[in-house]
Amino acid sequence: MSEETQEGATGGWTGAMRRSAVKAFPPDKLLPDTQPKYVASWIYVFGVLTLAAFLVVLGTGGVLALKGPAWWHTSGFGHYVNSLHLWSVELFMAFMVIHLWGKFFMAAWRGRRVLTWITGAVAFVGSVGTAFTGYLVQQNFDSQWISTQAKDGLNAVGIGAFFNVTDFGQMLMWHIVLLPLVVGILVVLHILMVRHRGVVPPIALPGQELVAGEEAAR
Amino acid sequence: MSMRTMTRRARTAEPDPYSYGSRHYDLVKEFTIALVAVLALTFALAAVFSSPDEKPMTIASWAKADPGDFTATALAELDGSSATAGYGPPYNAAADGQKIGPLALAKALGVTHPIDTAQDFVLGPLGSAPQVPDVETALKQYQGASSDQQTKWTGAYSDALTKAGGDPTKVAASPDFGPTPVLLAQLLKQAQTGSLDGALLSEGGFYQTDYTLPLLFLADGSDLAAQADNEHLSGDQWGMMNETGNFPGQAWLWLYTFWYQISPYNHSDNADALVWGTMMVLTLAFVLVPFIPGVRSIPRLVPVYRLIWREHYRDQREQERLRTAGPPDIPATDGE
Repeated sequence: MSEETQEGATGGWTGAMRRSAVKAFPPDKLLPDTQPKYVASWIYVFGVLTLAAFLVVLGTGGVLALKGPAWWHTSGFGHYVNSLHLWSVELFMAFMVIHLWGKFFMAAWRGRRVLTWITGAVAFVGSVGTAFTGYLVQQNFDSQWISTQAKDGLNAVGIGAFFNVTDFGQMLMWHIVLLPLVVGILVVLHILMVRHRGVVPPIALPGQELVAGEEAAR
Repeated sequence: MSMRTMTRRARTAEPDPYSYGSRHYDLVKEFTIALVAVLALTFALAAVFSSPDEKPMTIASWAKADPGDFTATALAELDGSSATAGYGPPYNAAADGQKIGPLALAKALGVTHPIDTAQDFVLGPLGSAPQVPDVETALKQYQGASSDQQTKWTGAYSDALTKAGGDPTKVAASPDFGPTPVLLAQLLKQAQTGSLDGALLSEGGFYQTDYTLPLLFLADGSDLAAQADNEHLSGDQWGMMNETGNFPGQAWLWLYTFWYQISPYNHSDNADALVWGTMMVLTLAFVLVPFIPGVRSIPRLVPVYRLIWREHYRDQREQERLRTAGPPDIPATDGE
């Protein structure tokens, strides 16, 4: 069989990617209508609340971006949209912190879920950076003070050489393009990993017989 | 099957979450409810609490409100004694910058945003504006003088300004000051009319987004810090994690801000670098928790998990009880 015919039969790179995607994420795994019985605690709600708040943050930030960074200082409606953005960020961070603590106490990295933990942790750090740049581009007294104080920490370790917190234009780009993109990608990867591996099973009680593979998960 | 293969399989095996039993779950419904709930909560919080927006301080508002502080700051920029003038990288080479032990990262990255405070904050803005002959002459006299002469003039004026309690209007004229008072008085006028705000921002082109110069000039003065202190935003007031007014700020920066409150960070010349170094190590540790012996075992030692999965453990206990109790006794029936 010629190389071209063989590619036609297998679908080439595209076919290989489709097959591996379907294998890793069959529809019933991607959008399940059942879940493990042990998923029965309010702590599990904070993951989906974090995701919901993230979308509200993106939406309200999108409206602010449509009108430009100075709009909310001169418009009552703009100020309200800014308030929506601020409070959705506060909720997003609060939900995420509770979600993180919950996952820590579940030792949720067990069972080959280390990357799920890492993507979540890096997404948290990225969110802190995104929120920080948001405070820098408010164009008010708070921004002035935060930027003139924060520059010292960043300059002290050389980051200020290429990340200038007193440059409004640079910070605005980081806040509305680069960091949301990074956090968004991490959130998508994080969710896909949760769907792929499933929710981490309970920790075996002392003296209890381990479920197959639980030892490996320790 | 070899022992090696068995071991590898045992290591890679993982329990199927559904082997613990399953129940009905509507993912899309749960997400929709969560989204509606978060939206409702956000709309309510924004309506009730709004958001802060305290007007920024301008060079003009500062110069009008506190001409003495403005003049003293401008003099410090001119004679090179301001915080920015002696900062080091990335603004100038006046210092090496902070270090973490022997590690001088700031110095290694070098001067990437060069600032000559005398030229950028004082002489440049004066030279770029149309001036009356007295000011033009003063500017030429200052720029044509030797460095030593300039230092003598600014030093004498600085001493006189200090004796006058920082009020330039109370400083009696003296030839010892050279052209310094004329230059600073004109800069104060430009600042009060608002033209200095524009002059500091418009260096380099028509469109501008870089506020480094006006922000550093403001930060070299006392009024920005005084207002921040009133708004409980100073470093010793847990600084950046606060917001103006009573609004919640970046509470998630509590650990970063915490280090500035304790020794040795709160009195070290390298405090910023040490805090950043500490936070970098802690952040790395946070991301790599699953690999850190001891830390990764905390969840087993602190039995929060028993609370989270209490229903699962209760079911397990019940199943165990039924298993150990054996099959239920069936009463014998006569005639069988």
